[in-house]
Amino acid sequence: MAELKKTNEAVDATPNVTEVETVEVTSEEAAVAALDATVERGEPILQVRNLVKHFPLTQGILFKRHVGAVKAVDGISFDLYQGETLGIVGESGCGKSTVAKLLMTLEKATAGEVFYKGQDITKLSGRALKAVRRNIQMVFQDPYTSLNPRMTVGDIIGEPFDIHPEVAPKGDRRRKVQELLDVVGLNPEYIHRYPHQFSGGQRQRIGIARGLALNPEIIICDEPVSALDVSVQAQVVNLMEKLQDEFNLSYVFIAHDLSIVRHISDRVGVMYLGKMAEIGTDVQIYDHPTHPYTQALLSAVPVPDPEAREGRERIILTGDVPSPANPPSGCRFRTRCWKAEDKCATEVPLLAVPERFKGQDTPAAHESACHFAEEKDVVHAA
Amino acid sequence: MPEKTAATAASTGAEKVTSTAAAPDTALVTKAPKPDKARSLWSDAWHDLRRNPLFLISAGLIVLLIVISAFPGLFTSASPRDADLANHYLGQPNWSHFFQPDWFGYDGQGRSIYARVVYGARASIIVGVGVTALVTILGTLVGMIAGYFGGWIDTLLSRLTDIFMGIPFLLGALVVLTSFEKRAIWVVILALVFLGWTQIARVARGSVITIKQADYVVAAKALGASTTRILTRHVLPNALAPIIVVATIALGGYIAAEATLSFLGVGLAEPTVSWGVDVSSGREQLRNAPHVLIIPSVMVSITVLSFLMFGDAVRNALDPKLR
Amino acid sequence: MTIIKETAGVPAPRAGGEASGPLLEVRDLHVEFHTRDGVAKAVNGVNYSVDSGETLAVLGESGSGKSVTAQAIMGILDMPPGKIPHGQILFRGQDMLTMSNEERRQIRGRKIAMIFQDALSSLNPVLSVGYQLGEMFRVHQGLSKKDAKAKSIELMDKVKIPAARARIGDYPHQFSGGMRQRIMIAMALALEPDLIIADEPTTALDVTVQAQVMDLLAELQREYNMGLILITHDLGVVADVADKIAVMYAGRIVETAPVHELYKRPAHPYTRGLLDSIPRLDQKGQELYAIKGLPPNLLKIPTGCAFNPRCPKADDICRTEIPALAPVTEQDGSDLPGRGSACHFWKETIHG
Repeated sequence: MAELKKTNEAVDATPNVTEVETVEVTSEEAAVAALDATVERGEPILQVRNLVKHFPLTQGILFKRHVGAVKAVDGISFDLYQGETLGIVGESGCGKSTVAKLLMTLEKATAGEVFYKGQDITKLSGRALKAVRRNIQMVFQDPYTSLNPRMTVGDIIGEPFDIHPEVAPKGDRRRKVQELLDVVGLNPEYIHRYPHQFSGGQRQRIGIARGLALNPEIIICDEPVSALDVSVQAQVVNLMEKLQDEFNLSYVFIAHDLSIVRHISDRVGVMYLGKMAEIGTDVQIYDHPTHPYTQALLSAVPVPDPEAREGRERIILTGDVPSPANPPSGCRFRTRCWKAEDKCATEVPLLAVPERFKGQDTPAAHESACHFAEEKDVVHAA
Repeated sequence: MPEKTAATAASTGAEKVTSTAAAPDTALVTKAPKPDKARSLWSDAWHDLRRNPLFLISAGLIVLLIVISAFPGLFTSASPRDADLANHYLGQPNWSHFFQPDWFGYDGQGRSIYARVVYGARASIIVGVGVTALVTILGTLVGMIAGYFGGWIDTLLSRLTDIFMGIPFLLGALVVLTSFEKRAIWVVILALVFLGWTQIARVARGSVITIKQADYVVAAKALGASTTRILTRHVLPNALAPIIVVATIALGGYIAAEATLSFLGVGLAEPTVSWGVDVSSGREQLRNAPHVLIIPSVMVSITVLSFLMFGDAVRNALDPKLR
Repeated sequence: MTIIKETAGVPAPRAGGEASGPLLEVRDLHVEFHTRDGVAKAVNGVNYSVDSGETLAVLGESGSGKSVTAQAIMGILDMPPGKIPHGQILFRGQDMLTMSNEERRQIRGRKIAMIFQDALSSLNPVLSVGYQLGEMFRVHQGLSKKDAKAKSIELMDKVKIPAARARIGDYPHQFSGGMRQRIMIAMALALEPDLIIADEPTTALDVTVQAQVMDLLAELQREYNMGLILITHDLGVVADVADKIAVMYAGRIVETAPVHELYKRPAHPYTRGLLDSIPRLDQKGQELYAIKGLPPNLLKIPTGCAFNPRCPKADDICRTEIPALAPVTEQDGSDLPGRGSACHFWKETIHG
C-alpha cells in the first residue's frame, strides 16, 4: 500500500495498470460488505482489464442469424485512481461511450473484467450490484433527454433515495434534495419545478445533483458539457472540479473535446476503433504524444488563436474512421496513418512503453500502441 | 437590484460557482412570472384546449351525455318501458313539447321515444367507456411489455397483435357474439375488447420503444431502479399521451359498433334499452314513421361525433408537431 | 419605409453583376417570433455585409440570432410565427424582402446556397445522392439525365469523394458523416452560387474530419471567388477560415473585427469572456474563467445592454442605454478599420 502511494507522488511514473488485488467473497452479504471498504487517495479504485464488448449483427426477423459483430470495445485496460480524473478521448464510433456503459454495468461485457475494490462488477448481480451502483454514478451528455420531463426537480434528485432508502430516512429527503440543489448552485426553492423550466446549463446541474445524491465514489461523465454553450461549459466544468475536491470523487471524463479533457484530467487515454491508442498523464499525451493518431487528433483541434495556429503543424488525416464491424487487420489506425508499413497490417501493436523510450526519464516514455512511436509536439507553435 | 447582488457576489470572487448561482435566479424569475406554476405537456395542452371551440362543444356534449346516462330520471318523468299502444301507436313528434314524453313522438309499441333516448344513453356510454378503459389497460400492458423487453417476448406479442388485427372487426364480433345465448351488456363489451385492443397495443409499443432509449431511463437503471419502478415512474407517464389520443378517438367508434351490432341483432337486445336496439326496431316502420328510426340514429351520430371531435382536439393539443 | 413600399409594387429590374456595393448586405434586420408567452425578439437590428471572395464568420451561442438571420436571408423562416417587422436584405443592391416569391426563388439556390449542420436530415433518404445532385442540373439548367449525371460525378470529384463514379448510385445513409457533408457542399456548389451560407457546417463532425471539410470549403471558396457566411459557435473553427467576424448576442451584433484583431484584443466584454472561458490545449490552466449567469431570455431581453446582467464591467448606464455598434480606434485615436464594439466601455475593454 505504501508503495502505491509513493508512486502516485511522482505522477509521471503512475503505471497505467497495476496488479489487481481481488477480494474473495463467499456470499452476497460479504460482497456488499466488501464494497464499503475505503480506498486511500492515489490507490486504484477501478481496474479495467481486457474489456471487450461486441454487439452481434443479426439478420432475419423470427430466426436470427449472426452475421458478424460490431467490435465497439475490443480489449482495453486501465486503472482509475482514487481522487483523480481520467479523461478518455476519441472520435465518434471509437467506443468511448460504450466504455461508460460497461463501467456502469448498463451493458453486459462480452469479455474482460472491471474490478471495483477488488470485485469484478461485471459478474455481480442482485444486492451486490445495487450496492455498486450506489458508489458509481453517471452524468449524461444531453441535459434535455436525461431528465424525465414528467417529474419535478425534487422527484428527480430524490429518486436515488427512493431506490436506496438506506441512504436517507424518509423525513430527511426534502432537506437533502435542497442541500444538493444548493451544492450545484441552484436555488433550493426550485424543488417543485419541471426540467423544461430550466436552461441547458441548469439542467446539467440538476443531472449532476442526481449523480451526487448517493454520495458516490466514482462518477462516469459521458460528454457532460458538449451539449452546452461555450459560456456555460466553463461554469459546469468549474463546478465539477469544485465537487471533486469537496466530495473526494474520482472521475472518468469521456469527451471528444480535447481542450476540455486536458483542462480537467490528470491522466488521459486516447481511443481509436475500440482500442486504447495511447495513455498517460496530461503532459505526456498533450505535450509529448508518440502515437500518430494522437498527434493527428491534437493537430486538428481548432485553436481560438489565429497566430498560434499559423505556427503549428497540421496533420490532416485522409479518409474516415473505418467501420468497427470490420476493422483493419493489425494496427487499426494503419489505413489513415502516414507511417504505416507492412508490419502494421500484420502485427497488432501492443499498448506498452515503446522500446526506444524504455528506461528513459522522458515524458515520451508512456504507453503507446504504435510500432513506430515517435515523439512529436503538435500543440505548441514551432 | 438582483443584478447588483450578483455583481457584488462576483466581485468578492470567493466562490465563482455561488456567484453564477445567484444570477440564474434572477433570470428565471423574469422568465416565469408565476415561478411555481408548472408548464408541463398537460398544462400546455389544457391551455390550447380551453381556447378551442371544437373542444368546448364536444366536451360539453360529452358531459351532458354522461349526466343523462347517470341520472336519466332528471330528464324525463316517463319510463322507457311504458307501452300504450292504444293512444300512442307511432305518435308523431311534438317539437314544441320540450322534455315532454311526446317530444320525439312514440314508437311502434307506444313507448315514448324521448324517454327511450334518455335511458338508452346509458348503454352507449357504458359500452363506449367500458370498452375504451379495458382496451387501454390491456393494450398498454401488452404494448409496454413487448416494447420494453423486446427480444422473443416482443416477437411473440407482436405476432399475436398482428393475428388479432387481421380479424375483420365486424365479422369477428358477429362470430363471437352469436356464440352467446344471452347477450348482456358485459358480453358486448368483452367482445369489443377482444377485437379492439390491438390498436392501442401497437401505439403503446411504439412509444415505449422510443422512451426506453431515453437517457432518463438509462439514468434510472444506473441508479439501480427496479424494472417495475422504471416502467411505472418513467416509461408509462411519458408513453401515455399518444395512447390517450388513440383511446378517445376510438371511443366513438365503440359506441357506433355497439349500435351496429345491436341493429344487426347480435348486440344488445330487448328488454335492454339502447339506441342500437331502437334503430333496429325502428326500421320496420321506416316508411310511415321515419322518426322512430331517425331520432335514435341521430343520437348515435351526435355522440360518436362528439367523441371524435374531442379526440381530435386532444390530439392536436398533445402533438407538438402540429403546433 | 416609403421606398420599400414603392419597390414592392413594381418588380425591380435585375441588375446583372455590375451592381455596386457589397454582394450581400443586411440592414437593420429585425426578426420576432410571436409565441403564446409573448414576442421573442430573436434579431434586433443586425447589420452586416459580405463581398465576393470574402468570409464573414457570425459567431454566437444558442439564441443569439445567428441562425435566424441566415434563415431570413434564405427566406426559410417559418412565418408565422416568425415576422420581419423591419429591415432590408440587399443582394447586389436589391432588397430580397420586397421581391416577389418568384424572384426570390431565382436567387435562392441559384445565387445563394445554404449548407446545414445536419447533412443526414437535409438529404432525402430514399433518393440516391446522384439523383439528388443531378436534380439541381435538371431542374435549374434543364440538362438531360445523362449530362446531369456526368456533371454530378464531376462535382463529387470536386468535393473529393473517393470513387465518385462508383458511389453515385449510393444512398445518403451509405456515406459517413464527413462524406455526407461533402455531398451537401457539392449540392450547394452545383449552380455555382455567388454566396454560400454555412450554418454550423462542421459541428456534427469529428475533429479530424472537421479539418478536412473546413479546408475543402475554404479551397472551393477561393476557386469560385464566392462570398461565404460561416455561422458557428466555435471560436476555434472561425479562427481558421474567416476574414472578419461578427459576434452576436441576444439578436444584436456586439462586436465586429478582422479575425486576427478579435482574438488579440477583444473590444467587448462578452467576446473577452468567451475567449477566456475556453480551456487551452497547449497549457493547463487553473480554474476556468466563467461568464456568470445564463444566456438571455429572448422574451424578456434585459433593458439597456443585453449583456449587462452577466458583465463584469456593467454600470448604471449599461442598464438603461443600449450601446450602439461604434467604431473602435487605437488609443491615439487612429482608425482600426473594420472594428466596432457595442459596449459603453469598449475603450477600457480593448486598451485597459
